[in-house]
Amino acid sequence: MRDRACASWVGLAEEEDGFVFLTGDLGFRALEPLRDKLGARFINAGVAEQNMVSVAAGLAAEGLACWVYSIAPFCYARPYEQIRNDVCQHGLPVRLVGNGGGYAYGAMGATHHALEDYGSLLALPGMRAIIPAFRGDVDEAIRQTAACSGPVYLRLGRCEAPAGWIPPPFTAWRRLVAGDAGVLIAVGPLAGPIVAALQARPERSRPSLWALGKLPLVAGDLPEGLVADIERSRVLVVAEEHVATGGAGEGLAGRLLQSGVTVGRFEHVAARGYPSGRYGSQAWHRRECGLDAESLLERVAALRSRGA
Amino acid sequence: MNSSDPTIDSAERARAARLRLLRMHHAAGVGHIGGNLSALDALLVLHHNVLRPEDRFILAKGHAAGALYVTLWSVGELRDEELDTFHADGSKLSGHPSAGWTQGIPFATGSLGHGLPVSAGLALARKLEGRPGRVYCLCSDGEWQAGSNWEALIFAARQALEALVILVDVNGLQGFGSTAEVGGIANLAERFDAFGVPAVRCDGHDPVALEAALADPTPGPRAVLLETVKGKGVSFMEDRLEWHYLPLDDALLAQACAEVERS
Repeated sequence: MRDRACASWVGLAEEEDGFVFLTGDLGFRALEPLRDKLGARFINAGVAEQNMVSVAAGLAAEGLACWVYSIAPFCYARPYEQIRNDVCQHGLPVRLVGNGGGYAYGAMGATHHALEDYGSLLALPGMRAIIPAFRGDVDEAIRQTAACSGPVYLRLGRCEAPAGWIPPPFTAWRRLVAGDAGVLIAVGPLAGPIVAALQARPERSRPSLWALGKLPLVAGDLPEGLVADIERSRVLVVAEEHVATGGAGEGLAGRLLQSGVTVGRFEHVAARGYPSGRYGSQAWHRRECGLDAESLLERVAALRSRGA
Repeated sequence: MNSSDPTIDSAERARAARLRLLRMHHAAGVGHIGGNLSALDALLVLHHNVLRPEDRFILAKGHAAGALYVTLWSVGELRDEELDTFHADGSKLSGHPSAGWTQGIPFATGSLGHGLPVSAGLALARKLEGRPGRVYCLCSDGEWQAGSNWEALIFAARQALEALVILVDVNGLQGFGSTAEVGGIANLAERFDAFGVPAVRCDGHDPVALEAALADPTPGPRAVLLETVKGKGVSFMEDRLEWHYLPLDDALLAQACAEVERS
């Protein structure tokens, strides 16, 4: 998604007054066109994320349209107090961009994974998270990020959409695949391999697949189609490449209860860290956590077999 | 009654502010008095004689909130009865500054190592947008144990932030020891110079020297190391570690005020 994001920022820089882009020394072979476009307004703030975020708060306080870029783990964890005190406590519209959410950096190791990014950030006042799932989402996701009047976190990942498949336009909620056999909700790029796995299955024997792209969840914002799918099948699995605590699954369970939506069987499949103490690709970590498409579809089937 | 009347000389102004600060802390039953008294003279000169409407001030050493509130009172931006709410339930005047209620406090501070990076952002905005104005940031000396300050210093030098003026209240004492014992923060001027930010030393209690150093038109980033005394103006507090935290009782308040009035 990075190349698409770069092109999108290049376009946005023409439209937004006071556009400034800060990077924590990341973006090699990705952000060069933006650097060349922005000149002095593209600032490599170096390996100093705490300073970078506070500088962004100062820029935003002066009315500048400020983006802060790093890989996801360095974007939220190292400068968390700066995000809390300097950005969120002042309600400033700083756009934090974390590339490679979840296990996206795979075998690079645990320090490079972001398994609790949006959960920890969403605990802060006014924070929003925007999580595109596919490359084709990026332009609209960046537009929506820029439209936020307060702090926002854009979590980018690797597009895994099946070749030739075109997703519906990016919104908070999208039904990616219709189905009658349960409901499966995926956060972000995790949806891609599931789309691929479902394409060959007939509608009556596959779950309905929804992509969740914006957090936090608000009770009144659950789409009617999603509620109808859940109430019809009464089986719901939520999958996310993020730890369970503070994740979308917990949030959704609460919103469904508040909304009076009846769910017969519910399961939240989340990142579990490193249960074996071994490391590998993003796909390998997903499998270890039951977040691969095959395991997730098995979970839906297992819940259905237990009855709703 | 505050001392915003321009006919009042700086010594009288400082005396009035010191007395108000002591009484405010005594009424609230709170400490941090030593570091407030060391910073007070610089805050008064900065706000009365140096700051222009386009300038900004960030109190990185947020535990000197009382000195900032009294300074804002001294320039007529806060009323006397507002100071009476310091530390009280429902007050805007929290123990460390909260933002959003006066232009004089653009950012909430209190966690050390935040004020300078935020100030760097304000200064960068002035550079990028071609806007006038300086950004003054007052740090403590113990605060230079925080890595984020050094990140900001590197950034300020690299970005040539001409609007940025860094003040350091070098009173030599911090929460649980001297800055030399705890952090070995000696030769701060040389350290700043090594990072590409020239630093000058200044008597932090001399209003003439302070005004000259703070209003100096030399472009930043530059630093002014304020040589100060923790607890300045009250003999039993001066250069005493315990007055980082201790509150005043009635007898000590009377003694302190008598000393300040005689000064």
